[in-house]
Amino acid sequence: MATTAPHPGEEGPRRDFIFVAAISASAVGAGLAVWPFVNSMNPSRDVLAEATAEVDLTPIEEGQRITVLWRKKPVFIDHRAPAKIEEAEGVALGDLKDPQADADRVQRKEWLVLIGICTHLGCIPQGQRVGERLGDFGGWFCPCHGSHYDTSGRIRKGPAPKNLDVPPYSFISDTTIQLG
Amino acid sequence: MAGGPARQYNNRLIRWVEYRMPIFSAVEATIGRDMPTPKNLNYWWSLGSVLFLALIIQIATGIFLAMHYIPNGAMAFDSVEQIMRNVNYGWLLRYVHANGASLFFAAVYLHILRGMYYGSYKAPRELLWIIGVVIFVVMMATAFMGYVLPWGQMSFWAATVITNLFSAIPLVGNGITTWLWGGFAVDSPTLQRFYSLHYLLPFVIFGISLLHVWALHVHGSSNPVGISTRSKQDTIPYHPYYTSKYMSVIGLSFIVLAFLVFYEPNFLSHPDNFKPADPLQTPANIVPEWYFLPFYAILRSIPDKLGGVVMFGASIAILFLLPWLDTSRVRSARFRPTYRYFFWIFVLDVIILGWVGAQHPEGASLLIGRLATAYYFAHFVIILPFVGWFERPRPLPESISKPVLKSGAAVAEAAE
Ligand code: HEM
Ligand code: FES
Repeated sequence: MATTAPHPGEEGPRRDFIFVAAISASAVGAGLAVWPFVNSMNPSRDVLAEATAEVDLTPIEEGQRITVLWRKKPVFIDHRAPAKIEEAEGVALGDLKDPQADADRVQRKEWLVLIGICTHLGCIPQGQRVGERLGDFGGWFCPCHGSHYDTSGRIRKGPAPKNLDVPPYSFISDTTIQLG
Repeated sequence: MAGGPARQYNNRLIRWVEYRMPIFSAVEATIGRDMPTPKNLNYWWSLGSVLFLALIIQIATGIFLAMHYIPNGAMAFDSVEQIMRNVNYGWLLRYVHANGASLFFAAVYLHILRGMYYGSYKAPRELLWIIGVVIFVVMMATAFMGYVLPWGQMSFWAATVITNLFSAIPLVGNGITTWLWGGFAVDSPTLQRFYSLHYLLPFVIFGISLLHVWALHVHGSSNPVGISTRSKQDTIPYHPYYTSKYMSVIGLSFIVLAFLVFYEPNFLSHPDNFKPADPLQTPANIVPEWYFLPFYAILRSIPDKLGGVVMFGASIAILFLLPWLDTSRVRSARFRPTYRYFFWIFVLDVIILGWVGAQHPEGASLLIGRLATAYYFAHFVIILPFVGWFERPRPLPESISKPVLKSGAAVAEAAE
């Protein structure tokens, strides 16, 4: 006990082991200690709790678009006229940057439901209010960096990489949808 | 100890402290006794002092603004109006803070261009340059987060667009933006964390500036001629020579700042920021503060999301590599006949990018933006290495004092 190095040959590796073990344990400990700090910045429980929103579709006339807020995000609801539906269905998938058929983006043809956030850098595209630009493809136009979306909310021109997202929703009656 | 024999101080209080904690000699050891400085520094070397002053102004006004400001999505906009209308001299504090940020960036851009013209980033000052670029990056983060605080329309949408840059990262991008926001969109939690960081980062800048100055004083200032100091003849003490010379530039900066604050306080700000943040309506044209425009133009000129973000980052990160991209051993552009032209073309290119950044990203300005972006990068990765190889620099003077003294000039010519 009193002597520090009884077996000089063994002493080195044993100390090395303790050294490496101590360093690794502290590194793991430090890593674990960081997590609460990092995770404290993620959405808090009250933010996550904002679950669902119901939207009554009856007042929305054909050709009209409205915006509702869900999870602090704008949701576009578009009551599409037949011409717009035809236009959306007529596009060849090969012409699309993010190929997706119109049928895969709607539950009922006349109701297009989208998250109204440009997939480029998060601006809200124009086209919801009367008189705003619809872009070159009759859907929406994002003024921030010039992205054009078609009548199915698909990206056709500009820097945005993806189509406008379709939020999870369901028809709880013929005239009401529930978002979330 | 560290630097030569211990110094005897005349002041008794200093002696008393020095005996217990040798802080005065420690400072002298890093900056050198009397701070010997090349004797040929011109006014472009005053910008470091202006920057230090700008930082102090921002911290001082910021601390007092923070006593009245409320970092909450529902109250922030009104609290800034409260500062403007009801708080005694609140308008002064805010206008000095907002325009002070512009002064800060104007000074830092001139400071960086000074470094580029006179080759201040070359050996042995590479690390000094890198620390400077780090300060610049932290400054940009600080100013961006500060701009979000008044919670007007531009604040909100600038925050949205810039945080969304991270969503371009493959796979984890969306998780990162949610984490940055503390929600599913920019909202009060985002504002609160930005406020926390906006308060913190200026002090981080202060700390890094001390490293910057430490690195500076190891080899001393560079100078317009770009050759190293050889003898005592080449230097003069910083004080009183440069303190008095730079005082005039500091006075001029104060005049410019005062003119903006008292006559045109909103000249550099955007009218949309007088509207409270509205998460349902994006302004027709989102423009950042003037000091971000060139980089914003680069971001927008790439027609691909990830590509735009990568080039945006690269346009700043490339400054870190400047000491190695410039292959010429000659520091000062005074002796580099070819580089000198390219330097001014580069300055023009950045100004064009700034103009493009304020336009709608369509038509001619989009095309000009793309060309200017291409040139920006070409300057660093093609022109600088290439010019360094083929350019024949003009002969350098033997020492700093030589071209200054009449007889020295003759000697330098004879030595050619
Ligand atoms: C590197 C130094 C700093 C820079 C570049 C900077 C920049 C800015 C900018 C651009 C704004 C927006 C001004 C406006 O449009 O209203 C702002 C706001 C603000 N800053 Fe700073 N700031 C700095 C340091 C600080 C410090 C140290 C504090 C606190 C101790 C602070 C506290 C505030 C507050 C409370 C606001 C919101 C009130 C307002 O909008 O005027 N700042 N800052
Ligand atoms: S955010 Fe829509 S185009 Fe950039």
